[in-house]
Amino acid sequence: MAEYETHDLDVVVIGAGGAGLRAAIEASAQGARTGLVCKSLLGKAHTVMAEGGIAASLGNVYPDDNWKVHFRDTMRGGKFLNNWRMAQIHAQESPERVLELEEWGALFDRTPDGRILQRDFGGHRFARLAHVGDRTGLEMIRTLQHHSVHQGIEVFMECTITRLLITDGHVAGALGYWRESGRFVIFRCKAAILATGGVGKAYKVTTNSWEGTGDGHALALWAGADLIDMEFLQFHPTGMVWPPSVRGLLVTESVRGDGGALRNSEGRRFMFDYIPELYRAETADTEEEADRWYTDRTSARRTPDLLPRDEVARAINTEVKAGRGSPHGGVFLDIASRRDPDYIKRRLPSMYHQFKELADVDITAEPMEIGPTCHYFMGGVRVEADTAASTVPGLYAAGETAGGMHGANRLGGNSLSDLLVFGRRAGLAAAQHALGRPRAAEIDAAQVEAATTHALAPFGREEGENPYAIQQDLQDCMQRLVGIIRREDELKEAQQELAALKERAKRVKVEGHRQYNPGWHLALDLDALLTLSECLTMGALQRTESRGGHTRDDYPKADDELGKVNMVIRRREDELSIEAEPLSQMPDDLKALLEDPH
Amino acid sequence: MPDVTMQVWRGDAGGGALEEYQVHAEEGEVVLDVIHRLQAGQANDLAVRWNCKAGKCGSCSAEINGKPRLMCMTRMNIFEPGEAVTVAPVRTFPIVRDLVTDVSYNFEMAKRVPAFAPKPREPDGTYRMSQEDVERLQEFHKCIECFMCQDVCHVIRDHEDNKANYAGPRMFIRYAELEMHPLDTVDRRPLLRGQAGLSYCNITKCCTEVCPESIHITDNAIIPLKERVVDSYYDPVAWLGRKIRRRGRRKATG
Repeated sequence: MAEYETHDLDVVVIGAGGAGLRAAIEASAQGARTGLVCKSLLGKAHTVMAEGGIAASLGNVYPDDNWKVHFRDTMRGGKFLNNWRMAQIHAQESPERVLELEEWGALFDRTPDGRILQRDFGGHRFARLAHVGDRTGLEMIRTLQHHSVHQGIEVFMECTITRLLITDGHVAGALGYWRESGRFVIFRCKAAILATGGVGKAYKVTTNSWEGTGDGHALALWAGADLIDMEFLQFHPTGMVWPPSVRGLLVTESVRGDGGALRNSEGRRFMFDYIPELYRAETADTEEEADRWYTDRTSARRTPDLLPRDEVARAINTEVKAGRGSPHGGVFLDIASRRDPDYIKRRLPSMYHQFKELADVDITAEPMEIGPTCHYFMGGVRVEADTAASTVPGLYAAGETAGGMHGANRLGGNSLSDLLVFGRRAGLAAAQHALGRPRAAEIDAAQVEAATTHALAPFGREEGENPYAIQQDLQDCMQRLVGIIRREDELKEAQQELAALKERAKRVKVEGHRQYNPGWHLALDLDALLTLSECLTMGALQRTESRGGHTRDDYPKADDELGKVNMVIRRREDELSIEAEPLSQMPDDLKALLEDPH
Repeated sequence: MPDVTMQVWRGDAGGGALEEYQVHAEEGEVVLDVIHRLQAGQANDLAVRWNCKAGKCGSCSAEINGKPRLMCMTRMNIFEPGEAVTVAPVRTFPIVRDLVTDVSYNFEMAKRVPAFAPKPREPDGTYRMSQEDVERLQEFHKCIECFMCQDVCHVIRDHEDNKANYAGPRMFIRYAELEMHPLDTVDRRPLLRGQAGLSYCNITKCCTEVCPESIHITDNAIIPLKERVVDSYYDPVAWLGRKIRRRGRRKATG
């Protein structure tokens, strides 16, 4: 084998957003020699974009709140397809994780008696989100980043992992390249944690940055791990729609949590027309009741503007298609007429700034135009709830990269808490696993040579495809054919287009040299993007029902039988396969919590 | 909009120059959109850092027409029609390639900041802080680490040798947020007076002017820090009084 720069570690964490940072902190605290590898500079991961807050039943605003209610809300939001044990652990441990962040220096907004303030969000029965204005993600990542600096973690910035190295079925290392120099690097390790976020860059209209290319999902799949629930994709109901350059940019749910209302072009608060049966008993049916709910939880039920995201995104989609949309193809989100300017600027400073700077819109004086945008993958690497272990020994996954926690639809605020709870658990379990192994497995030189040869191939081609063009065509295909509303014929068409795109990707050509070359980086990212798009489409075809973040025009109802299975995707001998496998049985005491009549 | 003339710095540590491109631009676009279009079409290998494209991650700092700005928050319509727009890398940090610079200095300086160390929790397991106290510090927590304040700081912009002993405005905000944190117990003033080089700053406020988050770096962070450092060395009575009143358990580091 050629000589490559090699680092010996116990645990390598891939991805440095909230989950990766929290995992690295924990692994290091356990005494494991820990490396943290990230594609961007430290502190720039997509977690900075999270706005609304961290869901945790601290009970600071509503003392009646507790983990059982949070568990119930999460399962209902996920249309009961969640891994119940993950949802339970998440609800039980998130308050502790929030208090821990505070102990590490985070400054959350306060209640009048000086405790952590909590705000309302969709699908949560109580005001539950610990927050910092509308920039909670930034606070979280910075707190973790500052804390990690002193924990003895080795950080490898601007380094992209392209393959996991597997020996005798166990993780032996990870192969990557330095973005700056283009040179390859090997991280030899006893355990690896995937925390690379989602796959939003498969879509044209998305809240995700360039990094959301599904690296962790793909690394796991290629290493032999199972993926589950890939068909469930969350379109956030409120992304900016104008100007075109910011189409898809996130507009936080806090706008509605803090009093904003959705209206169509006729000025009607249309969400009252879209209250699903599951939520009818707990949702207001008049505007008067909905508005009263913000201050009175005893006699008023919650506003339908704060139904779970899947419901709201579909409703907006329907309104626009029916011709009741806004001038630029969205609907209106109005807080200007409902709250005073000082309140809006204090509660939503970055939204105010974002609209003012990028769209010339003053949100304290006029409504925003918003529409659905690809936001979050509920599906991901199949993991064991308690340890975040994947089906490949030595391989762990946390955060958006892991599947199961959120079922068919994630509630707002449950992501940041997920990152902390399962980031920590992944770090803990991976460190214990690593420390229990006397030495790392030998690296298989053939795997390294195959991967480096593949990575360098685009430089050798005289003629070939532009990687940017392939990505644009992929995004166009997924947006058009595998969007919010899906149909069998369109999904099959997508499969054909994806097959053609894969052929084109084999001929991708890169200009220039290996030093900091974004064209080359994108060419390599295409492998994961295309693989994951295939998985998503495959899952969407297989699930012949509508549930949460998966809506089939040709199967508009939920199917009770399909509500009892995960769609499991595997790759064997270069072929993808999909199989329905039963969910694990929920114990009766937890089932009883779901029956709660509220 | 008609095509725009973009002059983009291309090169590496060995040297480079502005290269001119004609690029299509559309209504509502920002400089980063145009750079992306240039990259996707005419210059596939143009090196540029970006992430969120929403002014929240601080990755895409550059000197646009000579002024440090975030490419994602600079609208194309602020330029005169027909005016060439120059985009160059930030000057204070070593060039890696094209618009990408080596900003590792900032991460090294961050490592030198002694960690937050809170006092114990209240008997009920909580920490109590008032919204007013928290808000004052939240201003500093808005920092997106674009490092443009470091870029324009005279102490290091043209004086490479000062970097070893100067934390820079970004880190002074970090020191300030820790020093003023109601729960913190560490005294970082000896470090500020020594290795962090607070006294090098001569309050020209260039950092405040470029801050995309409008943080009052000089007025709210640096000047109060300078006062604290001075007080502790020249007015021990005032320092002692404040120490007893506000912080029970300081321990010195540095």
